Amino acid sequence: MASKEAYITGIGQSEVGVRLPRHPLLLTLDAAKEAIAEAGLTFDQIDGVFSFPGKSHGYLAFSPVGTDEIIEALGIKSKWHMGGMEQPAQLSAIGMASWAVKQGICRHVLCFRTVYEAGGIADPAQYMPARSETVSGASQWTSPFWATSAACWTAQYAARHVHQYGLTREQLGQIAINGSKNAMLNPRARAITREELTLDKYLDARMISTPLCLYDCDRFSDASTVVIVSAGDALDEIRCEPIRIAAMSGSVDRYSWDQVEWPAAYDAGRDLWTRTDYTPADVDTVQFYDGFAFLPITWLEGLGFCEKGEGGRFIEGGTRIARDGQLPLNTAGGQLGAGRLHGFGFAHEAVTQLRGRAGERQIPGDPRVAVATSGGGPLAAALLLTKD
Amino acid sequence: MNPPRPRPRLDQENSAFWTGGAQGHLNIAKCGDCGQYTHPPRIICRHCQSENIASDSVAGTGVIDTFTINHQPWAKGLEVPFVIARVALDGVPGVYLTTNIVNCPVDAVAFGDAVKVVFEEQDGVFYPLFEKVA
Repeated sequence: MASKEAYITGIGQSEVGVRLPRHPLLLTLDAAKEAIAEAGLTFDQIDGVFSFPGKSHGYLAFSPVGTDEIIEALGIKSKWHMGGMEQPAQLSAIGMASWAVKQGICRHVLCFRTVYEAGGIADPAQYMPARSETVSGASQWTSPFWATSAACWTAQYAARHVHQYGLTREQLGQIAINGSKNAMLNPRARAITREELTLDKYLDARMISTPLCLYDCDRFSDASTVVIVSAGDALDEIRCEPIRIAAMSGSVDRYSWDQVEWPAAYDAGRDLWTRTDYTPADVDTVQFYDGFAFLPITWLEGLGFCEKGEGGRFIEGGTRIARDGQLPLNTAGGQLGAGRLHGFGFAHEAVTQLRGRAGERQIPGDPRVAVATSGGGPLAAALLLTKD
Repeated sequence: MNPPRPRPRLDQENSAFWTGGAQGHLNIAKCGDCGQYTHPPRIICRHCQSENIASDSVAGTGVIDTFTINHQPWAKGLEVPFVIARVALDGVPGVYLTTNIVNCPVDAVAFGDAVKVVFEEQDGVFYPLFEKVA
């Protein structure tokens, strides 16, 4: 039977570390067990498995576990599964799961993202890409010029913000500094952030690709994050507080890093609000993808929390985005502070805050509305999550 | 000595772009019906879906739309810093090339600088780099 609504119910996360000896399939199991236990479900009740980007056979460190493997390894009787990179961005796997439950095909879907990008380096034969003689696809337009990293592609957008709108390093640094402050209160971020980042230390950091310095780039980590999406008419089987997926968006006008003036966060950000009665003014906390520190600025502007070009001034001094500020940002530390969980960490933390279960880093009041996003460049997916 | 540049795999769609430098040409795919350009190159026009599309030798000049000074050696032996820029091509509306700005110090590069193409050959592939117009 079709259900009108989809909810995030159980959430789980493995240990987050750098070069963890634990096998990535076991990290996924750890996260799945935590999520299942929280939801009060058993693996018998899971009937769908969704992920991004699916098992990355050519580069296992990036995505070492597939949805088919989870079905097999955990004994799940699946009604639908999907893992693929050709979707708007990381969090759109959760969006697809919400469609599966709204269609009545699944009741409880296990969504996961497992990364082994730190541990994989220690075992290159198994986990790292084979050396390739040539580049093809989209990377042929950037790699031949040594723009081999998304850091360089993101830097192009950031540099224009500096030139056109006056974004300063002191402003940009607030993303990483805010992330480190919040990460210090996140027990799962201990392997990633050991001390608070100061503005002086940030300004002294070596450059990667101007204006992005070392602290503006997230750090490879080993971890798995699981989010269970349940049908609205299956909530009587759930023990935890459900969080509604109130709206989502994944728009992109051109699938390119360099043929557009604005990354897809602006398209997806604009469209999220066309699918809900909520407005940016209703939002209590935002969890914005920060694989590079400039990306949250694109989400702030794209979602309309400030005007285009005003993102730098919006975060100036860091008070507005602090836990006790007007719009708490990346309260678990984001990927800069808590490791490159690759998108799913933002949904995990949004749900944790909305449930009031964030411990020392819990934001004040009774948060009811959160936005979680993922992606940069042509990748963009946004979820509006509500307690209503 | 820099390591060899990553080499694009040549195919039906991209060969004119990557080998045009042999004749000194910067080739961009242009529609014979609507007259608009498609980049990256395709065998169909992205504006009108026409199959009547062929490479067009464009002026090879442009302006720096944005750029970054890259300090990270992404490959062993790669000499840094160097400039990665996005160049808006003159006469080719809506098309940008990611490229390197060469033959000047990195701190001599600025937004809006006029640049022209210079080709760097490596095993039959002609990489379109750009230098400032004096």
